[in-house]
Amino acid sequence: MSARNRELLALIPVAALVTAGFTAVFIVDSNQIGNLSLIYGGYFLVVCLAVHLFIRARLPYADPYLFPLCALLAAIGLVMLFRINDSLALKQASIFVAGAVLLAATIVFLRDYHALERYRYLIATGGILLLLATRVPGLRAPVNGAYLNINLGPLSFQPAELSKICIVIFLASYLHEKRELLAAAARRVAGVTIPSLKHFGPLLVVWGASMLMLFYISDVGSSVMFFGAFLALLYVATARFSYVVAGLVLFALGALLMQSLIPHIGDRIDIWTDPWHSKAVGAGQVQQSLFAQADGGLFGQGLGESLLKLPGPFAPHCTQPFPDCGSILPAPHTDEIYAVIVSDLGVFGGAGVVAIFALIAARGFKTAVMARDGFSKLLAAGLTAVFALQAVVIIGGVVRFIPLTGVTLPFVSFGGSSVIANMILLALLLMISNDARRPLPERAPELQLEALPR
Amino acid sequence: MNAPIVRLYGLLILLFAALVGFTSYWAVFDSTSLKDNPQNRRPLIVEQTVKRGTIKTADGVTIAQSFPEGGGKHPVYVRRYPQGSEYGNPIGYSFIQVGQSGVERSENPTLAGERNEFTSILDQLRGVPQEGNGITLTIDSQAQRIATQALQQAIASTPGASGFGGAVVAMDPSTGAVKAMASVPGFDPNAVKDPKAFKSLNRASSGSPLLNRATQSVYPPGSTMKVVTAAAALDSGQFTPSSVLSGHSPQIIGGAPLSNAGGEEFGDIDMTTALTNSVNVYFAQVGEKLGTDTMFKYMNRFGFDQDPQLDYPGSQMAPSGIYAPDGSKLLGPNDPIDIGRAAIGQGQLLASPMQMAEVAATVANGGKLMRPTLVQQVTDPDGRVTRKLTPHEQSTVMSPQTATELTDMMTHVTQEGTAAGLTVSGGVTFAGKTGTAEIGDPANGINQPWFIAFAPAQDPQVAVAATIERCQGCFGAEVAGPVATQVMDSLLK
Repeated sequence: MSARNRELLALIPVAALVTAGFTAVFIVDSNQIGNLSLIYGGYFLVVCLAVHLFIRARLPYADPYLFPLCALLAAIGLVMLFRINDSLALKQASIFVAGAVLLAATIVFLRDYHALERYRYLIATGGILLLLATRVPGLRAPVNGAYLNINLGPLSFQPAELSKICIVIFLASYLHEKRELLAAAARRVAGVTIPSLKHFGPLLVVWGASMLMLFYISDVGSSVMFFGAFLALLYVATARFSYVVAGLVLFALGALLMQSLIPHIGDRIDIWTDPWHSKAVGAGQVQQSLFAQADGGLFGQGLGESLLKLPGPFAPHCTQPFPDCGSILPAPHTDEIYAVIVSDLGVFGGAGVVAIFALIAARGFKTAVMARDGFSKLLAAGLTAVFALQAVVIIGGVVRFIPLTGVTLPFVSFGGSSVIANMILLALLLMISNDARRPLPERAPELQLEALPR
Repeated sequence: MNAPIVRLYGLLILLFAALVGFTSYWAVFDSTSLKDNPQNRRPLIVEQTVKRGTIKTADGVTIAQSFPEGGGKHPVYVRRYPQGSEYGNPIGYSFIQVGQSGVERSENPTLAGERNEFTSILDQLRGVPQEGNGITLTIDSQAQRIATQALQQAIASTPGASGFGGAVVAMDPSTGAVKAMASVPGFDPNAVKDPKAFKSLNRASSGSPLLNRATQSVYPPGSTMKVVTAAAALDSGQFTPSSVLSGHSPQIIGGAPLSNAGGEEFGDIDMTTALTNSVNVYFAQVGEKLGTDTMFKYMNRFGFDQDPQLDYPGSQMAPSGIYAPDGSKLLGPNDPIDIGRAAIGQGQLLASPMQMAEVAATVANGGKLMRPTLVQQVTDPDGRVTRKLTPHEQSTVMSPQTATELTDMMTHVTQEGTAAGLTVSGGVTFAGKTGTAEIGDPANGINQPWFIAFAPAQDPQVAVAATIERCQGCFGAEVAGPVATQVMDSLLK
């Protein structure tokens, strides 16, 4: 079967999930949800089909599972948003159209992603400037002590989502060029390998600038994600574990310093170590997150059945729509969507979502392994790592594995910037995999698969 | 570069596994303690969607009932208390805004209709909405009304009592059923729903109406404690009702002079005479002669020095016993104790009205203390009785012979002693003991009046303890006595 037919077949579970999920939520909540809202699911499926046809035309050899897996995540997100507030599902489905258009535009206009290598400093600067814009007066609006958004009139945008792609592109291209020098031209001092500053310098400067920027805008979640991607790429490029250890030590020192300097970061750590007694703002969110998960058990309360808002007469007076006001669990549609999934669908539901991320990571890293040139390998590995790390950072925060910091759960959480940025990320991965899997004239494509290391 | 990529994937798989592990921990392994966490209001919120069981008195008066609010497919049930403040204590309240107290709290699993996973799945399949079980209390509505009114009247008409509270408890001695439990000042549980009103009821200046003085407050029981001392003296075989000791006042007790009430002088007297006239020095000597160990042994059998066994929230019951001077803890037989003063209900001995009602009930029931209870029966939503009061013996305090001797002595108290002016049911013979505990410096004349009793003396149907927190220059018989006799009257009809 051709890759594209497999992709089409893999979209069937997505359609089944959306249909069953919307029906289940509709039955539970029919007194509050309009009949019309059922078509939001159909709307989404049409977009999926259109993207599939586009990939079929433009990237015939691309990995057949990447898009269906991402669509599956989006389907779960859409059902959960429909369950939280049906109007959110409509908005998210519309955002999906915009995302799909951007995915197509990326593929059409970029044509050959190797061109990105040439503009790496421009891209890195752009990424950093995007982050800086959150502090520009008139554009900025702090949310929970962090500067995450750029406000352009009615539109609000989280630049960190886009700049994570910019940084990965820069790191991939720079490391591709200098990886041998970084790995080989190192001196050993007292048993510790020290890379030459000449080659390491620009890397540290760009990385340091973006890290500083992130701490400056107090977005700890993105900063952890960026740093993780940096270390991952450094390791993939040089295969030197000592660099990773050194990086982690540097990060731990930095975090310790930041904890005392920036109250927002100290608070997060305080809540993480003891959410029951912490006085910091946001402790309630972690408590409620754990309470919601405790209600879930193994199989959950059932889709749409778990407790999300105060019933009838106990509900507070709200001027804003649910869930901005009146939710027992703060931010159920963004930060805490994983907690809602566990509350509704139990450990099995949560594990299912994590498994989808693991499968996407598998396809992404397989693309990296199969890629035929260094830049493609590094770019695919970097994009996959940053995507997977984002899931680890937010789910880890929700389950109190690490301090809770506000990043979105890719494709699942409500939010325009996240869906759009991750669609671009997906477009790049699809392009790399299309290149990697394109049969070479003189070689059979099966031989390429043998390149998988044991 | 392929090998590091595969290793990187391995690391991410480990991280993902950790996420699933943490999820399982909260959702399954630690879920019970998270659901019990006092900061978790979710169980309480879910309970509001269940029609909570109705609470009725033994004679069928509805005290607490749930009504749907908000309508729609998922109505929310809100509690209403048609009898108002008469049952604020002991029934308490159950509201999502302020939590639960009293019987509403101790019987919450029954009222909320908690069932096991299997039956609740069956009910869901059958489309049966979950509903709580109804509770019939042991409380008699008439006795409860009279208890409340008598207390309020006593406080209003007694010098030095206004602004303070009081409590009365009536029990069926043979079953442990609590027939009346009143605490004044009371509160209307309907008002508690408003968190602002709740806050003001909690303020120190409010007179603490939320406090159930019958179970939660401990006071010096004064001479009513002499019943406990006499029981220990007779049942241990060291004394008989005719054992003679000096009634001379004052005498040195615990290293300091102790006087009889009003400094009254007695010659050499027997125990019956001493109880009839409530002679302090006699029972203080008995306490010292019996010693701390014997006194503690009998106090313990009566229920002192341990957690009360009433089916009521633990946080709303205080144990009776000998407290450390700072009130921080109960003292044991090995601590330095003025046992002579404890034997006459002074010193550091403190008891709840509930405890003193149990003392009277024990003597009335031939020396056997029945475990006290507030629940007569539980009825499931289909009307089937699923639980019924089965009398349960808490302890055998004394022999039936000791109880008979003690009853005889306590009957002397009501016929010719300190309680001679009191009557029950137009002349039924009854047994009782007065108490007038001194509060602070005796020169100020501030007392706490008590009366414990049971009636009829020969075939006891009801045992009672009544107290008022403060009065100026008064005695137990004249203030607490009428409260107790009125409650007994209402229950003997």
